[in-house]
Amino acid sequence: MNIVVCVKYVPDAQSERAFTEDNTTDREGVDGLLSELDEYAIEEALKIAEAGEGEVTVLTVGPDDAAEAVKKALQMGADKGVHILDEAIAGSDAPATSLVLAEAIKKIGSPDLVLTGMASTDGTMSVVPAMLAERLGLPQVTFASELTVEGEGVKIRRDGDSSTETIESSLPALVSVTDQINEPRYPSFKGIMAAKKKPVETWGLSDLGVDAGQVGQANAWTAVLETTKRPPREQGEVVADEGDGGTKLAEFLAAQKFV
Amino acid sequence: MAASEDIAELSAMVRQFADDQIAPHAGQWDRDKHFPVDVLKAAGELGLGGIWVAEDVGGSGLTRADGVRIFEQLATACPTVAAYISIHNMATSMIDTAGTQEQRERWIPGLASMGQLASYCLTEAGAGSDAAALRTTARAVDDGYMLDGAKQFISGAGTSAVYVVMARTGGSGAKGVSAFVVPADAEGLSFGANEAKMGWNAQPTREVVLDGVHVPADHLLGEEGQGFAIAMRGLDGGRLNIAACSLGGAQAAFDAALAHLRTREAFGGPLIEQQSLQFALADMATKLHASRLMLHDAADALDAGAPGASATCAMTKRFVTDSCFEVANSALQLFGGYGYLWEYGVEKIVRDLRVHQILEGTNEIMQVVLARSLVKGRR
Ligand SMILES: Cc1cc2nc3c(=O)[nH]c(=O)nc-3n(C[C@H](O)[C@H](O)[C@H](O)COP(=O)(O)OP(=O)(O)OC[C@H]3O[C@@H](n4cnc5c(N)ncnc54)[C@H](O)[C@@H]3O)c2cc1C
Repeated sequence: MNIVVCVKYVPDAQSERAFTEDNTTDREGVDGLLSELDEYAIEEALKIAEAGEGEVTVLTVGPDDAAEAVKKALQMGADKGVHILDEAIAGSDAPATSLVLAEAIKKIGSPDLVLTGMASTDGTMSVVPAMLAERLGLPQVTFASELTVEGEGVKIRRDGDSSTETIESSLPALVSVTDQINEPRYPSFKGIMAAKKKPVETWGLSDLGVDAGQVGQANAWTAVLETTKRPPREQGEVVADEGDGGTKLAEFLAAQKFV
Repeated sequence: MAASEDIAELSAMVRQFADDQIAPHAGQWDRDKHFPVDVLKAAGELGLGGIWVAEDVGGSGLTRADGVRIFEQLATACPTVAAYISIHNMATSMIDTAGTQEQRERWIPGLASMGQLASYCLTEAGAGSDAAALRTTARAVDDGYMLDGAKQFISGAGTSAVYVVMARTGGSGAKGVSAFVVPADAEGLSFGANEAKMGWNAQPTREVVLDGVHVPADHLLGEEGQGFAIAMRGLDGGRLNIAACSLGGAQAAFDAALAHLRTREAFGGPLIEQQSLQFALADMATKLHASRLMLHDAADALDAGAPGASATCAMTKRFVTDSCFEVANSALQLFGGYGYLWEYGVEKIVRDLRVHQILEGTNEIMQVVLARSLVKGRR
């Protein structure tokens, strides 16, 4: 079972995040890390590989620092890494990113399974997995909160608001996983030390046969025109209980349409 | 040997683990006297169960210099949990260094993964500082040894799977002591009640009673008469780790106090603007820095097997555990009344760090060890 896990390097959600002048995410002046939602995909890949045979390749598209995301995945236990690094990619939208990922996966080989997180913690669009599956011609099985490999296929559980679906797919397939699927491991001492010896390849657009005119901010299908800082949260309403506290609370909830 | 080139990443990982898995629960574990064996097992999976143990039996193969940095990070979340991991490592590495290959292969893999825990059993009711006066006996019998006696204040007792017990096989004094590995299921082994303590509540402390406990001959570590030396060698490193646990705890208390002074308003502004409090912070920061430097230096000496390393470890243990207790206590003072409340976490650190001045050799005994070496002209 050969698995490719797509991971993204994102600005740390714990620190102050900002936009640059051209309205793209500021990736220079901030601390970055492996998108936490991708850790679940890595963990799931490692569990599948550990239960049988196979290899886990971690793939990222991003600037120089994105190598850190690959490194973290290797420390957790992935076998090898691929980093797509090309200045022309900066500012790419989801269709372009999925194109680059698709071409990279074709170059890596034909994996049995492509795993992704449910969304990145910066863009939170959740569209790249679907676009990537389409480009690769793979069945897309998204938002898995449980994943089992059974013979030649996979079975997932997808939790909805009112129902839980069980979805089966043949392999190869693309599966995106939620933060309910597992508890990602910490890299162990051994994992941290072993990661340095694992192979990482860095490819540019020319290695993938992708034209610079297909990617980048200038070729994006969408453009961000304006960004506004979220206004500071206002002080909540304090209900003083003068014997009618319960009634006032109920009125408040009803006015806000919570009840 | 020095800190490994990966130490920054190893420490950062340990800090993340401590922040996520230990810190949020430390207060409750203290209150409930809960020993978090599940979290210890998770720590074992990261390599924290056999930090210096060789890799052939599942250890991490790191250095003492790595160890003190790792324990500092762990202890920022809870000095008590960190200190138990230190004791477990001490007992485990005694089997690693003094044991035969067969003994290492039998016991260490389970201990290094922390699926099994270990206790270090030296102190007795009548023999604490004067440990060489211990009276637990190990009598040679046909196919091994028969152990009789009682050990006092044993960390992890009742939970541990493996007890490293120092007992007398020969005449009086240190040369008559041997070290044994006693498994938890040995017949005749029993435990006292969990002691009610000032701090260190997240790990049990119990009496260990050996009433005609039979162990096969291959449970002896090293040779007869080497037990005291094995126990003392274990303590050299143990003392540095306990000191590192004081440093981590004190650093956490300092960080909390600094944050508190920034936000606490009095006399028309944040308290941090009071110069006398700034001076207190400056003194605390100096003690933390000096402690860290001494620890790193002593760990290097131990890694290098430098002559006089035991004396260096002794002075370091005393200086660091005393200085860091003062830092934690000052942090409590800077918190005012809130410092005295359990909810704010600072009084717990003070209670936890207090015992580091007493165990693994009291700080007076650290003076004895150092002074003895000075008098002999070894330093
Ligand atoms: C919470 C806790 C956990 C512990 N865990 C363990 C464990 O896991 N394993 C283990 O074996 N032990 C353990 N101990 C025991 C600990 O190591 C001893 O308590 C310590 O060595 C002191 O011995 P004592 O209590 O008998 O004090 P004593 O030896 O009676 O000392 C009393 C006082 O006299 C001073 N003193 C004694 N002799 C001298 C001297 N020659 N010169 C100057 N001053 C002296 C001491 O410094 C001390 O202040 C633990 C203790 C505690 C409290």
